[in-house]
Amino acid sequence: MDWLPGAASSYAAELDTIFWVILAVTGIVLVGVQVTLVYFLVKYRGREGRRASYVEGSTKAEVIWTVIPAVLIVGIAVASQRVWSQVKNPDRFPADALELNVEARQFAWSITYPGPDGELGTEDDFTRYNEMRVPVNRPVVFNMTSADVVHSFFVPAFRIKQDAVPGLNTRAWFEATEVGEYELACAELCGVAHGLMKGKVVVLPQDEFEGWLAGLGE
Amino acid sequence: MATVEAMAAPLAHGHHEEMSFVRKYIFSTDHKIIGIQFLFASLAFLALGGVLAIMLRWQLGFPGEAMPGVGVVAPKFYNALVTMHGTFMVFFAVMPLLVGVYANYLIPLKIGAPDMAFPRLNMLSFWIFVQSGIVMTASLFVEGGAPGAGWTAYAPLSAVPQYTGVSLGQQLWIISIVLFGASSLLGSVNYITTVINMRAPGMTLFRMPLSIWALFITAIIALLAVPILAAAVILLFFDQTLGTTFFLPADGGQPLLWQHLFWFFGHPEVYILILPAMGIISDVIANGSRKPVFGYHSMVLAIIAIAFLGWITWGHHMFQSGMNPLLGTSFMISTMAIAIPSAIKVFNWLGTMWRGNLRFHTPMLFAIGFVSLFTIGGLSGIFMASNSVDIFIHDTYFIVAHIHYVLFGGSLMAIFAAIYFWFPKMFGRMMNEAWGKIHFALTFIFYNLTFFPMHILGMGGHMRRIYDPTQYEFLQPYQPLNKFITISAILLFVAQLPLIANFFWSLFRGKKAEANPWRDNGLEWTVASPPPHGNFAVTPIVYRGPYEFSSPEVEEDYLPQDVPLNGEREVVGAGVGEE
Repeated sequence: MDWLPGAASSYAAELDTIFWVILAVTGIVLVGVQVTLVYFLVKYRGREGRRASYVEGSTKAEVIWTVIPAVLIVGIAVASQRVWSQVKNPDRFPADALELNVEARQFAWSITYPGPDGELGTEDDFTRYNEMRVPVNRPVVFNMTSADVVHSFFVPAFRIKQDAVPGLNTRAWFEATEVGEYELACAELCGVAHGLMKGKVVVLPQDEFEGWLAGLGE
Repeated sequence: MATVEAMAAPLAHGHHEEMSFVRKYIFSTDHKIIGIQFLFASLAFLALGGVLAIMLRWQLGFPGEAMPGVGVVAPKFYNALVTMHGTFMVFFAVMPLLVGVYANYLIPLKIGAPDMAFPRLNMLSFWIFVQSGIVMTASLFVEGGAPGAGWTAYAPLSAVPQYTGVSLGQQLWIISIVLFGASSLLGSVNYITTVINMRAPGMTLFRMPLSIWALFITAIIALLAVPILAAAVILLFFDQTLGTTFFLPADGGQPLLWQHLFWFFGHPEVYILILPAMGIISDVIANGSRKPVFGYHSMVLAIIAIAFLGWITWGHHMFQSGMNPLLGTSFMISTMAIAIPSAIKVFNWLGTMWRGNLRFHTPMLFAIGFVSLFTIGGLSGIFMASNSVDIFIHDTYFIVAHIHYVLFGGSLMAIFAAIYFWFPKMFGRMMNEAWGKIHFALTFIFYNLTFFPMHILGMGGHMRRIYDPTQYEFLQPYQPLNKFITISAILLFVAQLPLIANFFWSLFRGKKAEANPWRDNGLEWTVASPPPHGNFAVTPIVYRGPYEFSSPEVEEDYLPQDVPLNGEREVVGAGVGEE
């Protein structure tokens, strides 16, 4: 059992790196604080006849522990922003991606494919439920909306999460890097069967995917 | 003008010696009695919230198995449990325990005032709270079931009865929140007015204890934030019952508007729930360390900075909501900025203990527990403040772990510290120290066993609010951990029995408390335990700040705020009311 689920998308590794960096930084701070706390508890435990030092503070100390956290969080923010922009900024979505439509509803995912003509919104579009088939190593951009309440498209292995909001078209993308089946979950409480609103993403070799797409469209 | 009257009225009131039982203990205008009323009411809601938590944990640990005495938890009921656990804990347990109980009880006593500025308003605030709680509790039992849209009540799920299958329950939820808002508002204006106008001579703002600073700033946040929630839920009520579409996509409504309104209230609310805890902890740590609070002024500034930044961070709850991703960047920056004042506070608590002469009384143990656990909760917040890491951990158990480290490990630990610390003042008897320490040890252990593993679940991608984790293949390896968490949660619940037993036993049989059992400096310790109606026989004069422990000027290791040293009486007497 890995700590984070196996990574199977193009940006998953970079996102994980930020996770581990934050874990390292906060881990050091955490251990530092807890060890200091325990050390003080032992060293300065009350004893008869001893008196606490009358110290009201130190400007120098305040400056130090204001500046150091500030520097650390600026670093974390800058690193985070790079990946955020890559994953979520619509202007930077990859070109020549396969485009799909996703509609969430209580309690299913419907995925609409462009059909053999490669264009969405034409007559040969077709829709499948709870199973998203995509080619490996090719970016997939999807336009998402919801028919009823807010849902959230979550594929842990791809590190992608994007809410589906009724009345709104939210766009997201991923590029699967390994052939296989991955679980798709709804991550936003959406009603009685929220916990059962699951599907899967099937990543196929590119030629197999093309064949499937062409075959189904006929 | 109003203040002069307000100050005079309770004093005059104090001379009415014989009051009926009803006037004295039920429809009382005495801030101390009202504080105690809030204490009993909100402790009852805390217990209820705990029971709901155990029931939902049962389903997660043992999905589909019948819970002894309850039966199998059905999916709809599970959603109700999730919703009502959050609702009761946030609005009816932690917030009133801090703001209803300790703002009420401590503000007048600690600033040297005879009562609140508006005692009748104060009484009204409590009784509206009671009604609000009754309506919320009723929503558990009405036809159609209890509210099931989460404590955050995201629209459209909460706005259209068909989506949850709940109609009356959800409407009662809204009515209760509106009442709650009215109660909170009345409390806030009272606290703010009292702190501004009714401080004893010499009690300058920078001689106020940090608990009072925190409660004062919190009251300002609540005054501004709670009406936003009230307005939002009223619009939601219209959507539900009158066919409006404020939060529905039809006719130009916007589901995201609900999230913006809710979190514009909701994030300041988080600080309503933690700032008073930080203030209380500062008082207790100074007392337990026998040292002045390290960096008092920077502690005050940190409270104000957190309160201010709390208003511009709400969007971090909405990184994945479909909001413009550019906003994800600005909200990350404002959110990260809160780490700075939070870090300052933690370091100053450590600084307070440094070279102290620590006394490990029960309140101090809970305060130390707070520092340890709040540090974990604060640091885990950095993960979700990072907009890119949040893509993965949003709506997972990582968030559940975080909020519980802050709200239980933080706020509730501080509440426990406060209960043990001010119990002697409230009831005139000491709580049992040994049982207090047992309560602390068991709570600290089972708390961590319950909530720390949730970080691991969250890293595994475990979604929150799902009914049955075993439905997902990738979560099946985590089921033993889920079971472990559930068993720990049950033990954590059981670990609260020593508190309940100790509380009620001490209420009747505890050792009689002297006026100042903890050798503290605050004005509340200069009067009898419990203090009489009207608090102070003579208005106290304040000569110094509240943290003069181990001062070189006196032999004892504490120096109360109202004790004049040589020559101080004339000087301060001349400068009365200067601030």
